[in-house]
Amino acid sequence: MKERILEVRGLNVDYGAGPGSVRAVRDVDLTLHRGEVLGLAGESGSGKSTLAYGMTRLLPPPGVVASGEVLYHLQDGTTVDLLRIRDAELRRLRWSEIAIVFQGAINSLNPVQRISTQLVDVIKAHSPKTSPRARQDRARELLELVGIAADRLHSYPHQLSGGMRQRVMIAMALALDPRVVVMDEPTTALDVVVQRQILRTLVDLRERLGFSVVFITHDLSLLVEFSDRIAIMYAGQVVEEAASADLYRSPLHPYSDGLLRSFPALKGEKRELTGIPGSPPDLRSMPAGCAFHPRCPRALDVCGDRVPLLGQSRDGRSVACWLHPVAVG
Amino acid sequence: MSYLLKRFGFYLLTAWAAVTINFFVPRMIPGDPVQALITKQRGQMTSESVRSLYVLFGLDKDESLASQYFSYLGQLLRGDLGLSFTFFPTPVAEVIGDGLPWTVGLVGITTVIGFLLGTAAGAVVGWRRGTWADSLIPVTTFVSSIPYFWLGLVAIALLTGPGSFFPASGAYAIGLVPNWDWQFIGSTVQHALLPAFTILVSSVSGWILSMRNMMVTVSSDDYVTVAHAKGLPERRVMLAYAARNALLPNVSGFALALGFIVGGTLLVEIVFSYPGLGLQLFQAVGAKDYPLLQGIFLIITLSVLLANLLADVAYLALDPRTRREG
Repeated sequence: MKERILEVRGLNVDYGAGPGSVRAVRDVDLTLHRGEVLGLAGESGSGKSTLAYGMTRLLPPPGVVASGEVLYHLQDGTTVDLLRIRDAELRRLRWSEIAIVFQGAINSLNPVQRISTQLVDVIKAHSPKTSPRARQDRARELLELVGIAADRLHSYPHQLSGGMRQRVMIAMALALDPRVVVMDEPTTALDVVVQRQILRTLVDLRERLGFSVVFITHDLSLLVEFSDRIAIMYAGQVVEEAASADLYRSPLHPYSDGLLRSFPALKGEKRELTGIPGSPPDLRSMPAGCAFHPRCPRALDVCGDRVPLLGQSRDGRSVACWLHPVAVG
Repeated sequence: MSYLLKRFGFYLLTAWAAVTINFFVPRMIPGDPVQALITKQRGQMTSESVRSLYVLFGLDKDESLASQYFSYLGQLLRGDLGLSFTFFPTPVAEVIGDGLPWTVGLVGITTVIGFLLGTAAGAVVGWRRGTWADSLIPVTTFVSSIPYFWLGLVAIALLTGPGSFFPASGAYAIGLVPNWDWQFIGSTVQHALLPAFTILVSSVSGWILSMRNMMVTVSSDDYVTVAHAKGLPERRVMLAYAARNALLPNVSGFALALGFIVGGTLLVEIVFSYPGLGLQLFQAVGAKDYPLLQGIFLIITLSVLLANLLADVAYLALDPRTRREG
């Protein structure tokens, strides 16, 4: 078993408080190992981004983490719960341990500051003793790392293309050599060619620098290629988690199966593209039993009554589905 | 740079249009200033002096409208705005020169202070939304809706009177001669306190409201979240990321406010009998003093244009997106 670096335990995230609140993430358990790429996939509104913001304490109001813990294993062997440490300590860990590449690359950069300022200020905030000269050199080096000419260092964000801005954001994420990089739909706003180039860069960088990645996307085809393990989310819950090869070859949950049948395979046998009929449930009035059963082509009687729990099925894979009852309990 | 030149050309054109309108409108009004002056002197004028008045006001009938217009432009360029009726025979330029420093000193300084205070407070209140700071909002909304001249009247009624520190009217104690000694400066400050306070109270709340709302909007922008995620010190996120961007729309509001310094606080000057441009405008309207009215309108127009030009420059300095290459 590889070394664990980040563990999410029983995380619940609500929007709003009291009787009008909506639970956007329920009982999520996730483990990220060292050097691993963990993919997080699901439709829009399935809670992927909320999960990412919730575990890093960046959730904007009215979002609140209702319960759970996020354990981070530091290099010196100690473990901290990100949801409970003091603000100052959290600020110290942010970016130096866990960096984030956000969904909207276009708006992730401060429009009134030069790229150089924004690259340098994070270095300055975390290691104030470095010289301005060293910080500039590091910024230059970071840009070259993601394939941007160093002379763009003093550009303003609006002078760069969308793809370049996303590269800058990736460069910024790597500024402090973090051990974990969370990527929230990093390529969504870009065209397919640029998407490819950026993913290529990411794969190379990860191999060279060895950080772990939590990769969030609605594009399962990307994950199958890029990640080691995939967790599928539906209506705020993880419904299946497996090594990406296993998931691709034999998805256990009908929802994973539906997602996989939503895009054509490049290699191998031709499959029929079916998609998933219906739309995700309204989080304010969730169906009884399994949240997916109204859309499920293989629903059993029990699915409408009881909620299936995520657990190890007989062949050792994690799935929350009555078609694959959990081995124990 | 070419952008700024273009703007400058535009303002020059606008200034010319304003000057032209300023020339033609009074000439379309039935009657003329000389008639008004004759009435004022109860007809006790020789026909000689009446004719010389016509020449003096540039209204001698022999000249065509076009040549009048060009000689008017020529006079303007030399800073000659004609003669005032109410302060006859003082030139309008001199009358305005007397009033302008008081208005700019009182209203100008309070406008700048109000903007700085209000914007700083609004940034803090907006940043701390959801805390006790939110309770300031209903108060500022209420205060900003109070007309400042009414506030001035209340201040005069409550705070001035025999034996009070605050004088009720004027810009300095009667009997003092304006010069740069401490006694005069002290008296000026003492007289400016109440009017400045009334302007400040109502303008500060306006700035707080607009800055606070922009801060709330900007705080949910992605780059602010990124700044938090980067673990930057809270102060830096608030100032360099949120407030810096929230400030931009307020800058144009501030430029407009600067433009209205001259014309906008007429009522405060009337309430406090403050000898600025506003009070002069009020007197000029009452006395049908067309040259003075024209002169003051010209100053108001030019100051609005100048303020807009300043706003353009400020925008170029603050927002790199407005800078065009080449």
